[in-house]
Parts: sequence; structure tokens; C-alpha cells
Amino acid sequence: MAIFEKARGLDSVNLMEVCGTHTMSICKSGIREMLPEHINLISGPGCPVCVSPKSYIDKAIAFSRLPDVILATFGDMLKVPGSNSSLAEERANGSNVKVVYSCLDAVDIAEKAPDKKVIFLGIGFETTSPTVAASIVYAHKKKLKNFFVYSGHKIIPPAMKMLVADNDINIHGFICPAHVSAIIGTLPYKAINIPCVIAGFEPLDILQGILMLVEQLASGETKVENQYKRIVKDHGNKKALDLLKDVFKVEDSDWRGIGVLPKSGMKLSKRYSMFDAEEEFHLPKIKTMPDKGCICGSILKGIKKPSECALFAKKCTPEKPQGACMVSSEGTCAAYYKYRR
Amino acid sequence: MCLAIPMKIKKIEGNRAIVSSGSVERRIAIDFLTNSKIGDYVMVHAGFAIEKLDPKQAEETLEILRRI
Repeated sequence: MAIFEKARGLDSVNLMEVCGTHTMSICKSGIREMLPEHINLISGPGCPVCVSPKSYIDKAIAFSRLPDVILATFGDMLKVPGSNSSLAEERANGSNVKVVYSCLDAVDIAEKAPDKKVIFLGIGFETTSPTVAASIVYAHKKKLKNFFVYSGHKIIPPAMKMLVADNDINIHGFICPAHVSAIIGTLPYKAINIPCVIAGFEPLDILQGILMLVEQLASGETKVENQYKRIVKDHGNKKALDLLKDVFKVEDSDWRGIGVLPKSGMKLSKRYSMFDAEEEFHLPKIKTMPDKGCICGSILKGIKKPSECALFAKKCTPEKPQGACMVSSEGTCAAYYKYRR
Repeated sequence: MCLAIPMKIKKIEGNRAIVSSGSVERRIAIDFLTNSKIGDYVMVHAGFAIEKLDPKQAEETLEILRRI
């Protein structure tokens, strides 16, 4: 295969993907086993549910316990364990927690239930945050007073930059996320300064992306290439980017297992602060308990594999998850549990 | 979470569109698109079309998804 040929003269190569959908696709298709031994595919922090800190879950749980609140959330947040509970447990105990497919559904719920306060959990990278921004603009136009967003949105390129600088990991190239790139385009990856290829999610897309990275490494080039031209344009999606600039402002953000990264998160801008759940509701101080034995942090950085975790597939399973990486449909541990045990 | 599937625009109503893929039909928002028309294939994520897709590319992707 072409990858074998191009990789012949190279030393050990570490390629990281930072998109949960890539993690799943790689595990499901068995791509790792098809590659030469010295090409290592590392799963990075590509799952926005997994990189949300435990304190975010604890606060979401606290919001759900407030009177007259409907907590609206994407499905994979439901089972993520907080310090003492999860949203699924809170729902079982009588809290009004609704799973929605889109933030627009949460706006609909708020419109139809004016006596309730709807708080939407804004989790996701740049593919999702514009959909939340657009929904907030709709709520603004409808003059809704009972719709709020608790933003935990994050931006991927700052995390990629941090990972490159980390000597424990030693990344030589990135497989860049497909639909995040449809929004942000190719420009934000240039500042990372290592080979980057944006690749689609099909196994053939990913293999072609890996080939393009190996070709760059073999020729000593460093550039940003786009394998997913059928969707991704260099300039990204201007309408989505303009909405993000209007509705959100960039701030420092806490990433599970990584710590606080500067300018890597999104909070509602001043113009839309009336929709910010953290501005509207004042919760008592919450004490977040540290993880017991869960090594999600090391897994998210690609330093350890799920099989190296003492809890994996024993105490920690999809039915009884100990950390976010096992719960989320795109978590590295969930992928390994499903396809690589 | 990033998984988006190609769906075909059947009807446009202002900033909303009815899209379908096989037997699934959905009403989504098309705020991020410019010049969309009936018959366009779009990638749908969390209730929004995030980008348009080349029709030939879309059929190939749908064929792969049907075989799963």
C-alpha cells in the first residue's frame, strides 16, 4: 500500500486525531491494524463531552435541581458522572431533564412553556457552537425571557497547539476534524506548525489523510492540506463564523485532564448576556470531588490507552462509567470497549 | 457529536427546510447556507445544515451508510 512505501524511511511516527467521530471510525474500521507498525495513531481530546470538567457536570446537576427549571441537553451528557450524581440519576429522582437533538428544540420548549425556565447545556466544539449561537439569536428575536444557555463550548486549535508543545506526547502530525473545519476553514491550523490534514470520516478518507501526512513527513514539508474538499472550504463558513463572533466571546477554559487553556472557551457576549445561565442563576458554592482511579486526563492527552487503565472494562463499563471517556458516544474508552477488547 | 449525514432538500420555507435521507424526513434550519435550492444535498448536524455537498459525493456516502 502507498502508506507503507512512503513511510519506509521514517522513524516512529505519532499522528493524533482530535475528533470523537474520527476516534470511533478508526476503531470501528480497524485502520490501526492496517498501518505499518511504526505509524502510531493517537486519540486526542476530540470528544467535547469528555473534556468538560467534572465541575461543569456538578453545576449542570445543580441547575437541574432549581425550581421550575427544565434542563435541556444533548443525549450523551446524561450518564456522565459528576461528584455525587449524574443528570440521568437526577431525572430518575424527579428533576425535569429533557434530551434534545438541537438547541432549537430547547428554544421551542421555552416558547411552549412560558412558566418554566429552560436551561440548555451548550457543549460542543466549533461544529456545534454556531448552532447554539443561531438558536440564541432566534430566542432574542422572539423576546424570550425564559431561555438560557450554560456554555461549556470550547475551541479546538488552542488544545492542538498545547499538545504539540507537550514533550510527553511528541506528535508529528494531526488528522484535523472534518466538520469543525467546515466551519473554521483551514487557516486556524497554520499556526500549529506541524503537518495537518483535514480528513473526512469514512475509512478511505482517513487512510488518504494518513497518506498525505506521511508524504509531508517523508519530504520534510509542513503544511495544512484538505482531503475533505467536498465539504470544507479554505475560508470556512462565513455565516457561522459571523454568528459566533456576535453571540460569544472567547475566554480561558478548563479542559478535563489538561487544565486551563488560555482563550480556548466561549462565554456569551455582553449583547446576549441575558441568556447566560451563569449570569441569571446564582448557585451555592459546589465542591467538586477528584477522580478516583479514573485516568481520563491521560487518555484525553493520548499519553495512555484505555487498556492501561486499571478500571477499564472492569469497574468502568458503558453501563457503569467512572468517567466521561466511557460514557460519551465518542469517548476513547467507549470506542475501545466497543471495538478493541 | 460531529457526525453529520447528507440529506436532500425537499422544500424551503424561509430559513427552514424539509430534508430527507431514505425514509427519514426532518425540518432543519438553513441559516448557514447561501443560495440553497430544492435538490441540494446538505450536511445536517444538530438541526442545522452546516454545508452543501456535491451530489455525486453525497450518493457515494449514502451508499456506504446504507451498507452498514
